[in-house]
Amino acid sequence: MIRLLQIEFIKLWNSKASKVLIFSYFILILSLALISMIRIDNPPIVFNIADQGVFDFPYIWHLNTYIASWFKLFFAIVIVSMTANEYSNKTIKQNLIDGLSKKEFLLSKFLMVITFSIISTVFVFLVSLVLGMLYSNYDEFSIVFSNLEYFLAYFVKLVGFFSFCLFLGILVKRSAFALGFLILWWAIFENVIFRFGSWKLFSKEVSDTIMHVLPLSSMSNLIIEPFSKFKAVKSISNQLGTELTVDYAVHWYNVLIVLAWVGIFMFLSYTILKKRDL
Amino acid sequence: MEKILTVTNLTKKFGALVAVNDLSFTIEKGNVYGILGPNGSGKSTTLGIALNVVNKTSGDFSWFDGTTSTHKALKKVGAIIERPNFYPYMTAVQNLNLVCKIKEVPNTKIEEKLELVGLLDRKNSKFSTYSLGMKQRLAIASALLNDPEILILDEPTNGLDPQGIHQIREIIKKIASQGTTILLASHLLDEVEKVCSHVVILRKGKKLYSGRVDNMLASHGFFELKSKNEKALLSFLEQNHSFKNVTLNDGLITAYLKEEIEAEELNKDLFDRGIILSHLSKRKESLEKQFLTLTSNSSN
Repeated sequence: MIRLLQIEFIKLWNSKASKVLIFSYFILILSLALISMIRIDNPPIVFNIADQGVFDFPYIWHLNTYIASWFKLFFAIVIVSMTANEYSNKTIKQNLIDGLSKKEFLLSKFLMVITFSIISTVFVFLVSLVLGMLYSNYDEFSIVFSNLEYFLAYFVKLVGFFSFCLFLGILVKRSAFALGFLILWWAIFENVIFRFGSWKLFSKEVSDTIMHVLPLSSMSNLIIEPFSKFKAVKSISNQLGTELTVDYAVHWYNVLIVLAWVGIFMFLSYTILKKRDL
Repeated sequence: MEKILTVTNLTKKFGALVAVNDLSFTIEKGNVYGILGPNGSGKSTTLGIALNVVNKTSGDFSWFDGTTSTHKALKKVGAIIERPNFYPYMTAVQNLNLVCKIKEVPNTKIEEKLELVGLLDRKNSKFSTYSLGMKQRLAIASALLNDPEILILDEPTNGLDPQGIHQIREIIKKIASQGTTILLASHLLDEVEKVCSHVVILRKGKKLYSGRVDNMLASHGFFELKSKNEKALLSFLEQNHSFKNVTLNDGLITAYLKEEIEAEELNKDLFDRGIILSHLSKRKESLEKQFLTLTSNSSN
């Protein structure tokens, strides 16, 4: 297993483009700290976002995992191009001839996805912890370490998304087309055809259920947007007399659905690898 | 003899096209094999199947004694197929490091093998900056990293300039002299003739011949003769039942043998009859000629 990771690491780390993308990814996560700098100092309006409780434990877990999960696109580009380039450079052929089995080839990429997701999760946790320590109004142990399920959701979300990218790279074989397909799938298939198709054909309830099991929608359902939970927003909506009833929790069935997709993508990738002549 | 690769009744179909048709042959340790055939005769497909990158339709193949899985066996094989495939953004050393990891061999031999193919001074250049000849030589270095039991080369001189071709051939000869089994697929006959002891000849995916190069045609070769007394020589040859196809061309008489006759024997015979030769040589048909005869026979 270590050997497979080393193989993938050599491929990844010697590429300047992937190195730049990975660095940018982590720098973007670090820049979450910049949110604390948002302040409007223009009397009579004096507003400092850090004072508004956004960095309060455990709310910060939710906020940061949600924002950080948007940055995953950077590493997604790395995954798609690394996989697709194995085909365009025909290095996959040479890897197999040199004695890598098709299973090992896929496994080494998947292990890289898992490793990267773990590193990213730990990194987001540490950045959030430091920010929270600096700005949170609560620092009791039981409050600080509550709601950590957001990190499980974050990790599963990354693994799910990268597995999808890995599968697309193998299926499409061209990185630009694979990325195009990813956007097409998200925008057209999931959000137009399935959402409105099923809405039109059946009902909004049926449409919602279908959306729950589609790959990208199920991933985005793992962590619901945290902004409406923010107390300033809440107080405004209270004043307007509208009660916000959004379910922010991480649901176990969402985790299961995404994990099922991971399994499906890996199975399909392996089937394609096995069937296809190089 | 220790068997390295056994192929039995191998068939590969691409839709309606039969690329490899019921092919069987054995590769034994210590010999230098050539797989010959015109373009599209199934050479690369056959190698691709044995090397785990093309799926077979039916039939079977086994590496070594047949007890290890193909991908494990391939760690003891060095192979280059068609074009050198490496990561363009990585240097020679980085690429070879990766190959060492895949083959599970220590990376201590990288310098030695780069030296063998004459790339040591360019070891830290990116693969994308290499010329085709250098890429091909890097591929050979990579295939040798594990000191393989067998080296498989598919069209190793394709697209190279004369100097590049010469370099590759010298490397192949050097490796062959060290006792490594070599399997060389090519449509260049003189290439195969120069280095191979055994051949497998394919045409449209079918095997026409496999065995030693010398025994390819049941032929005893031919004499090339010259004499001032041309007429007497011609009539002698035409009346002798050991000869066939006697032709005269620019004063050089070519006579094909039907049975084995030593040059000394013929010389003495002619001298006794008062025919004095100014030129006598006994030769075998070139591989090219044999190959053309073999492939044209079977096309009828």
